[in-house]
Amino acid sequence: MVSYIVRRVVYMAFVLVAISMVAFVIIQLPPGDYVTNMIDNMRLRGERVTDELVELLARRYGLDMPLHQQYLRWAWRILQGDFGRSMEYQRPVSQLIGDRLTLTVIISMTTLVFTYVMAIPIGIYSATRQYSVGDYLWTLFGFVGVATPNFLLAMLLMLFFSSTFGMDVGGLFSVEYELSAWSIAKVWDLIKHLPIPIVVLGTAGTAGLIRVLRASLLDELAKNYVVTAQAKGLPESRLVFKYPVRIALNPIISQVSNLLPAIVSGSTITSIVLNLPTVGPLLFGALQAQDMHLAAALVLMVSTLGVIGTLISDILLAIVDPRIRLEK
Amino acid sequence: MTRSQAEEAHFVASQWQLIWRKFRRHRLARLGAAVIATFVVLAVFAEFWSPYDIYERHTDLVHLPPQRVRLLHAGKLHRPFVYGVTSERSTTTFFLEFSEDRSQRYPVRFFVQGADYKVLGLFPSDIHFFGVDEPGVIHLLGTESIGRDVLSRILYATRVSLSVGLVGIAISFILGCLLGGVSGYFGGAPDMIIQRIIEFLQNIPQIPLWMALSAALPPVWPIIQVYFGITIILSIFGWTGLARVVRGKLLATREEDYVLAAKIAGSGESRIMVRHLLPSFTSYLIVSITLAIPQMILGETALSFLGIGMRPPAVSWGVLLQQAQNIRSVTLYPWLIIPALLVILTVLAFNFLGDGLRDAADPYK
Repeated sequence: MVSYIVRRVVYMAFVLVAISMVAFVIIQLPPGDYVTNMIDNMRLRGERVTDELVELLARRYGLDMPLHQQYLRWAWRILQGDFGRSMEYQRPVSQLIGDRLTLTVIISMTTLVFTYVMAIPIGIYSATRQYSVGDYLWTLFGFVGVATPNFLLAMLLMLFFSSTFGMDVGGLFSVEYELSAWSIAKVWDLIKHLPIPIVVLGTAGTAGLIRVLRASLLDELAKNYVVTAQAKGLPESRLVFKYPVRIALNPIISQVSNLLPAIVSGSTITSIVLNLPTVGPLLFGALQAQDMHLAAALVLMVSTLGVIGTLISDILLAIVDPRIRLEK
Repeated sequence: MTRSQAEEAHFVASQWQLIWRKFRRHRLARLGAAVIATFVVLAVFAEFWSPYDIYERHTDLVHLPPQRVRLLHAGKLHRPFVYGVTSERSTTTFFLEFSEDRSQRYPVRFFVQGADYKVLGLFPSDIHFFGVDEPGVIHLLGTESIGRDVLSRILYATRVSLSVGLVGIAISFILGCLLGGVSGYFGGAPDMIIQRIIEFLQNIPQIPLWMALSAALPPVWPIIQVYFGITIILSIFGWTGLARVVRGKLLATREEDYVLAAKIAGSGESRIMVRHLLPSFTSYLIVSITLAIPQMILGETALSFLGIGMRPPAVSWGVLLQQAQNIRSVTLYPWLIIPALLVILTVLAFNFLGDGLRDAADPYK
């Protein structure tokens, strides 16, 4: 078990190094950079730009070095906990990210919990009452839920709430709490704002999980031991929950490794639409402004969240399934 | 015991005949296939179906709500027609307000002459499926912010959005078969490397990387180049699932006796792969492809919606949805959200089709 976890952690480290390289290179891809844009803008405004100034700016952001040297310098600083400065905001990246990263983690984790809390009972219901009206309704919900992209669902919900209840559902905080320090009242305000983003982010995952659980539980219920237990007169609740459900949950647990990266990545677009103060909108802005250090740090962080999710699910699976735990 | 004729037909049927039979029994899958086929026909001949050119502006008819096709005029039944539209700027809100001019009737005509276009980009034509005589207008789905016909734009957008999915999957398919094939057939070090790459790509969140990559496409690129850029970006993640299927099936089949027999008979490796291994899992490949296409369509829509995918003047579902981005415009002009329904419908259709194909893929079960 320990060796399994150690292996996964080492593997994760490699993945993160690879991601950091990819992130850094991608962000350098567009022609020009922040400094050339800045200088172009200064020229447009009619300012005189001397060659010394251009050189000074380029050196300040390390843009005069070849790419691999820039990367090494950047990576070395990150290892020391310094994510560089945002060129656009003129503030350290770590300051900009702090709260947003926390909120992203909160939203992703609550969405994950929501997904499972919804999907497991519904899946069991659908499988044990196969072909009932309820089963059909949930199957329909499953199909539509998988087919509807997050951001469209967000728009439709916003439209619904604003036209029927006159509620503005964007954001995570009411105006009065937006800039205030953390307090109990602020946390309560956050909790009140969470349901919509969670529903938006969780629907696709819930729909998918219901389908997987229904299929695997149906397979299990058709097996001989279930028929035997039924013949012996075991009450239905004990019959279903004792063995079939436990076995059918296995594929559901392994889905965590797909779900968490999907939620983290889905939240990027949803946050932009719903105007949530998470890393999504910040990343979007940074990419458009070619704010190199900020964008690279954000891509790295979002990916780290995803990779950690995979690690957690691998460990969970190892705990549940002895075949994985005891592998060589 | 004698077998009935139906049973006899079942026993002698080829694999593809069996697949076809099983597929035909899946009602939802047939529905999905019909929807997709309809969309493809609409998309390929978009110019013919659309009443107007997508860039033609009706400047006095901005944000015109969908017009109604009517049959009754003054209590009498007529062939389908639309009333004339008059627009007036409201003196209180300063919005354009529209009213039907009941004195003017414009019957809907079919196969009318209109804007010039080329069928399939080859044959010049100016025949449109329907339209009304000048000065009447027909905007069945209304107009958008600068007075362009929404229905025509949606039809053109269908072409772009669907083809992004199809071209993207073609690229993914080549990559997936090639890398998955190498991985599964040769094993060893290449297998190890390719598997790690696949795991890597599946482990990282797609959308932030999609965003980073498409933000990297230079804004000066012409439409067609952006189009292929986006398609390639979407395929970078799309091939991994296919490669997994190919590898898994190759691993399972390469130890079969018939492969050994083919080897002894002197078949080369490429012949064994193409002739003996590939046909054994073609049906599974088709299933994976069908289920991967909607992911690409959704990806393109999301990117274009954010303004980092296809950019105007190109039209795709995502580009059209940009106009429906804020609550104000959606509540005032709800017809602008129609492309969203098409996205959902298309993805549903592909999912139904994929499900049906999956059930049919293994007809011996």
